Amino acid sequence: MPAISFQSVSKIYPSARGGPLKALDGVTFDIEDGEFFGLLGPNGAGKTTLISILAGLARPSAGRVTVHGFDVQADYAQARRQLGVVPQELVFDPFFNVREALRIQSGYFGVKNNDAWIDELLASLGLTDKADANMRQLSGGMKRRVLVAQALVHKPRVIVLDEPTAGVDVELRQTLWQFIARLNKEGHTVLLTTHYLEEAEALCGRIAMLKAGRVVALERTSELLKAASSNVLRFKLDGALPSEFEDRARVTGRIVQLPAHDAHEIEQYLSVIRRAGLRVEDVEIRKADLEDVFLDVMSEKGVKVAA
Amino acid sequence: MTGWQTLLYKEVLRFWKVGFQTVAAPVLTAVLYMLIFGHVLQDHVKVYDTVSYTAFLVPGLVMMSVLQNAFANSSSSLVQSKIMGSLVFVLLTPLSHWGWFLAYVGSAVVRGLAVGVGVFVVTAWFGQPGFAAPLWIVVFAVLGAGILGALGVIAGLWAEKFDQMAAFQNFIIMPMTFLSGVFYSIHSLPPFWQQVSHLNPFFYMIDGFRYGFFGASDVSPWLSLSIVLSALVVVSAIAVHLLRIGYKIRG
Repeated sequence: MPAISFQSVSKIYPSARGGPLKALDGVTFDIEDGEFFGLLGPNGAGKTTLISILAGLARPSAGRVTVHGFDVQADYAQARRQLGVVPQELVFDPFFNVREALRIQSGYFGVKNNDAWIDELLASLGLTDKADANMRQLSGGMKRRVLVAQALVHKPRVIVLDEPTAGVDVELRQTLWQFIARLNKEGHTVLLTTHYLEEAEALCGRIAMLKAGRVVALERTSELLKAASSNVLRFKLDGALPSEFEDRARVTGRIVQLPAHDAHEIEQYLSVIRRAGLRVEDVEIRKADLEDVFLDVMSEKGVKVAA
Repeated sequence: MTGWQTLLYKEVLRFWKVGFQTVAAPVLTAVLYMLIFGHVLQDHVKVYDTVSYTAFLVPGLVMMSVLQNAFANSSSSLVQSKIMGSLVFVLLTPLSHWGWFLAYVGSAVVRGLAVGVGVFVVTAWFGQPGFAAPLWIVVFAVLGAGILGALGVIAGLWAEKFDQMAAFQNFIIMPMTFLSGVFYSIHSLPPFWQQVSHLNPFFYMIDGFRYGFFGASDVSPWLSLSIVLSALVVVSAIAVHLLRIGYKIRG
């Protein structure tokens, strides 16, 4: 039985302007027990909507979602016991300190005498010395850690992290990923959405990409990387990009990156630049990464590996 | 503690931690009413022929405080946590709509009664009203607080900003409590306004509550009880329904 099963999930929001907005359009895929799964997509692709439906924060317009076989609508109590959700927004209850917040969250799930696990969570997330601090006094990064602890306080089998490292410093990212990776090794299923594609590449065994509410790629991370053009030519340019490159180049300020399959293609690129009278610096050739795949899939030029 | 008991405990803790604002302030307000109205009207008004005006005023002020604070508790907690986003911690739990209802209304009743006891203790010093039928006092206090707690749940779910909440409170709850006979016996009103007062369910809450102190009231306490119970059933049914469908809290 899959840990999470999305079955033809659609979500339509009525919108004031124009017609209704289709946030999700027949999303179907399963996440197996114990997987570390990445859900990627540009802003507005429907990632958070999909997670909200999974968590019971929103209802699907059509389709159904199950968590370890429990329907998130009909069997919501059982489904939610299996789920630990770290919300994207940095929210907190200003009335309580960290330990109170965690005890109360345990209590909602009917978990009694949970202090040993709460202490372990605090220690693993570097929060032990903040246990008695009021939530208002914590920095953004610390609040984020508490959100993670709150999501895990009832020992859920499935952990859902919605952009957990957005705006978070390097140290916390390290702590967080070590801890989540450990939980994954211990058998917890992890569903992650992130903007940091290197995180998804490093952590996720399998990846789904959403675009405009549809699954446009669903593959093992290694297969996705293989499907991409094998190499990337990267250099700095001191002038305007030649128009020949516009449809395939990835430009970040002066840095230009071009997909390259072989030496011949690289020679061609360089000769175009030479003829345009431009100078290049810091030329390097690197392996394609998930970001290249992502851009490929999102621009619909790449191979479609849809479900 | 089970899930809903934890939510009830959290909701009580929430208002208790800001007790100056949620308990002490309404008690002080009631004392000010007592001082001013008691001073002005003490020698001019007699109610039920024998009861002094200050003694008459005590139960009215107590019940008004119970009702307003019960409403304020559930409504402000919901609106605040909706706007802050912290309601998500409860939305993610397996708590049923009945659990939500019991916790939010239960904590509203606790706050209403805490304020009510406080108001009674300080205002009774000005004029002892007596305890003719104490059981009625408890019954009407709990039912009244329950109705307003459930109304607070409805208002808290409906309101999307503090402004709407304030409108609900100032344009509906305040006039209905003030015009329910807190400060006067409706027998002192012209016949038309007596009839209008009989349409206000808040009137029966306060009239029945007052019966517990004086053994006398404008209408029979049994009539008040049946109307108050009906109101509780209707308001609770609406609140539970809205919680079940996740009105304005689940997209």
